[in-house]
Amino acid sequence: MSALRRTRSVALAVAWRGLHNAFKNPAFLLPSVLFPLFFFIAFAGGLSSVQNAPDFDYRSGYTSFQFAFVCVQAAAFGGVFTGFAIAADFEFGFARRLLLAAPNHGGIIIGYVISAMVRAVFVLSVVFMAGLIAGMRIDGSLGDLAALLTLAICVSAVSTLWAAGIAMRLRTMQAGPVMQMPIFILLFLAPVYVPLNLVAGWVHDVARFNPATAFLEAARGFVSGEPTKVGITAACLAGMFALTVLWARGGMSSAERAG
Amino acid sequence: MTGLAHSGMPTQVGLLAGRAIRRIVRQPAQLVFPVAFPLILLGVNTSGLDAATRLPGFPTASYLDFALAIPFMQGALFAALNGGQDLARDIQDGFLDRLAMTPMSGAALLAGQLGGALFMGVISAVLYLAVGVAFGAGIASGIGGALVLIVLAITISFAFACFGTFVALRAGTGEAVQGFFPLFFVLLFLSSAFFPRDLIEQDWFRVIATYNPVSYMVEGIRSLVITGWDAQALAQAFGLSAIAIVAFLALSARALRTRLVRT
Repeated sequence: MSALRRTRSVALAVAWRGLHNAFKNPAFLLPSVLFPLFFFIAFAGGLSSVQNAPDFDYRSGYTSFQFAFVCVQAAAFGGVFTGFAIAADFEFGFARRLLLAAPNHGGIIIGYVISAMVRAVFVLSVVFMAGLIAGMRIDGSLGDLAALLTLAICVSAVSTLWAAGIAMRLRTMQAGPVMQMPIFILLFLAPVYVPLNLVAGWVHDVARFNPATAFLEAARGFVSGEPTKVGITAACLAGMFALTVLWARGGMSSAERAG
Repeated sequence: MTGLAHSGMPTQVGLLAGRAIRRIVRQPAQLVFPVAFPLILLGVNTSGLDAATRLPGFPTASYLDFALAIPFMQGALFAALNGGQDLARDIQDGFLDRLAMTPMSGAALLAGQLGGALFMGVISAVLYLAVGVAFGAGIASGIGGALVLIVLAITISFAFACFGTFVALRAGTGEAVQGFFPLFFVLLFLSSAFFPRDLIEQDWFRVIATYNPVSYMVEGIRSLVITGWDAQALAQAFGLSAIAIVAFLALSARALRTRLVRT
């Protein structure tokens, strides 16, 4: 069997197991669906008056404005939840057996990433349906929506690689906050509630250089049919993907050394 | 702990409360995270929602003043979660079983356990107020109002801690206590914590916020910061907290009796 085939075989097996566990056990899948839905309801429902503030210029309305945020957030946290599953695999000994059995360890990481991406698509579909029920306006074309989905899948891949790197280094479920907090802070130091021009104080200064700002603005552009910052988003995601691949590979080496 | 069993009620409470406090102090994650996380969110929300203060009818020109009540509530939630988990751990590792074999009173156990939560409530309330004032929040009710605010924040924190204690005693596992954490957050986010009730556009959200007791707790704290002395807001906040304390203490006492019978 060629190296490529071995990698593919391991990746598909790990991905299938991850998806099987997630969809067979609602306790694993529910948090990744409920959290984004809850944020969507709380923000779009409770804060919608803020769209009446002077200089708030988003043509598709506040529900769509928050839908874009929730898409990026759901994708990012889906990756973190996959990281929790990887940490659990190490804690309960499954990952060690997997390391012994799998002929290609790179395939293990790819498998986890594939399972996170499929889960992200499922969660986004649920959030999208909830948005439509809540009266969300979509002004973007089908192409824009496909671009939004691609963006979310890429964010999911990057956050999964980040969380996998942590999970494989620490190999305990207690590493959860270490996976979660940096992503939470990165997301909330971006224009979550209002466009960047209305964010005040030090958060505005941080948000200007935060890659999550580009992701949110691109996502909102796709929803409103006015794509913006697509190039910088693609460049940031490519850079972060390269860095997190190295980070996850380092995590795998650490796990291999630990035996 | 044998001496504990033969001592008077105040000594029993003091020893168990001291143990609960030492357990918090010795685990920096239990002390730092519940205190720091609400402050980070306060900073983020203050900048992110500053534009809301330009809406007609918004009760203050500073979102920091408006949002200062939120960390007090989040601190109370974390105190409830941590206190509940500590008690659940005592149940799981058999500490409660060992205490049950002594003549120690159940009331002392409850009071001692809640001493840790009370300690967290005091520390976080003073810190949130100090940080808020340091960053420019004004307390419309003055120094007396600031003192009442701290008392109210501690009362609310104690009410949530009683709920956490009840869940821990009833379920007996840390996972069950953790499972209630999202419920706490739902209560906070579906309240008037982030926006004044009369300015919430969505009718369904305003109805939920109106029936959510957390709204009135937040509004009690907020009234001291942005309005001054508002007797109705304070009475509602103190009243609801007192009801929660009495109800969950009674339920906790019952759950403790059941648990001690089981052991």
